[in-house]
Amino acid sequence: MPKEQGLVSWKQLAPGMYILEPGNSKKFKTGDWRAFKPVLDKDKCIKCGMCYILCPDICYQPDQEGFFISNLFYCKGCGICAAHCPKKAITMVLEEE
Amino acid sequence: MAKKIAKEVSVAVAEAVAQCNVDVISAYPITPQTHIVEHLAELVNNGELDAEYIPVESEHAAMSACIGAAATGARTFTSTSSQGLLLMYENLYIAPALRLPIVMALVNRSVSAPISIWNDHSDVMSMRDAGWIHTFAENGQEAVDLIYHAYKVAEKTLLPVAVNIDGFILSHVVEPIEFLDQTLVDKYLPPLKMKYKLDPKKPITIGAIGVPEIYTEAKKAQDEALKASYKTIVQAWKDFEKLTGRKYLPVETYQMEDAEVGLVIMGSLAENAMNAVDILRTKGKKVGLVRIRLWRPFPLKDFIKAIGKVKALCVVDRAVSHAATGGPVGIEVRSALYQSNKRPRVLNLIAGLSGRDVTKEDFVEIFEKTFETLAKKPSTPYEIYGVKE
Repeated sequence: MPKEQGLVSWKQLAPGMYILEPGNSKKFKTGDWRAFKPVLDKDKCIKCGMCYILCPDICYQPDQEGFFISNLFYCKGCGICAAHCPKKAITMVLEEE
Repeated sequence: MAKKIAKEVSVAVAEAVAQCNVDVISAYPITPQTHIVEHLAELVNNGELDAEYIPVESEHAAMSACIGAAATGARTFTSTSSQGLLLMYENLYIAPALRLPIVMALVNRSVSAPISIWNDHSDVMSMRDAGWIHTFAENGQEAVDLIYHAYKVAEKTLLPVAVNIDGFILSHVVEPIEFLDQTLVDKYLPPLKMKYKLDPKKPITIGAIGVPEIYTEAKKAQDEALKASYKTIVQAWKDFEKLTGRKYLPVETYQMEDAEVGLVIMGSLAENAMNAVDILRTKGKKVGLVRIRLWRPFPLKDFIKAIGKVKALCVVDRAVSHAATGGPVGIEVRSALYQSNKRPRVLNLIAGLSGRDVTKEDFVEIFEKTFETLAKKPSTPYEIYGVKE
């Protein structure tokens, strides 16, 4: 028998593979595609929010102190935040197992 | 019973679509489909049909608009031919995969190059594997009846249906047509109610990504749905028979009971072939005809039963599958035979390309060629019939 790779039985799929629960892409982890993760140096950060605005996956959210922090559950490591940070406060660091 | 009215088949098809109370028509004119969409546009313009007619910029958009409209629960119609179908191509796979009950009148025409507006089945065979239900009309009355049937089936199975109508040979011919009374159409075809549809009040996602962990399961579900549609298709014909007295089966036979040699064909050429059967029967030759009306889902059991005890079959294809092991129908038939214990000789001829006539005399000759295979196996898997050397 080949290894079972299916997530769910074909019999349980809605017709046309419709998704009946709106907004369930929130549950879809895309962070495991990442090779590099953004690391913030809070000493350099001026809380300007460029990373928050430019992140194509809307990963950045402000924490209680007002720093914008990337949610690594979604972050695919594209590095746009690091490239555009005016203070070079974000460094892309290789993910290690 | 309604009386028969002389109508051009294209106009009759359009009127049947209008009787089905279609909500959205989205089409781009192309020969030989033109009269169907022209007439529908006229009906909408004159206020005789309360539908949205979307004059799209291409066939790609025509199918896209049908997909979008059907996803909101609208009853949709489109029609095309040849290059138009090919321009729809990527969307042809999407409609069945998203389980959208779109009905298309596919007025069959050959595909370029060389450019040709005339009839054969090379356009439809290009979408053979897309997952649509396909029926083939033999005459104008059947084309009209298959439109009513298509809506019934599409909406019960949530699969798109293509009604194949031979270009010019059927589409542009005036025939006596018996329409269903509107009350019967309404009885046969209740309003479309889709359990799941795009509705802001109850949002769902249609057309999401199928990652490797789910794509196989999605395709299995789609495949099972198309296979299961067979029962609905047959039942819809039975219901139609009760209303009209006109009986339709997935595979039709003519003089096959004691036939030694049978001919397999789809579409309008079957009527010429039938004449050839009559000619040969008067000479005592045991010949018969098998006409496949339902092409997808392929009615395997009906087909195997229909061929009876023939010793040889000739499959007449109207499209080339270049350098394959046969024409599309020929390949299908040989594969179907392997699912059974029957092993007749199979001669596969490709004939009637781009509207070239295949007369009853031709069919007599084709039958004679098929008799020859009883003594000597065909030397090639398929051959193009009537080609000038």
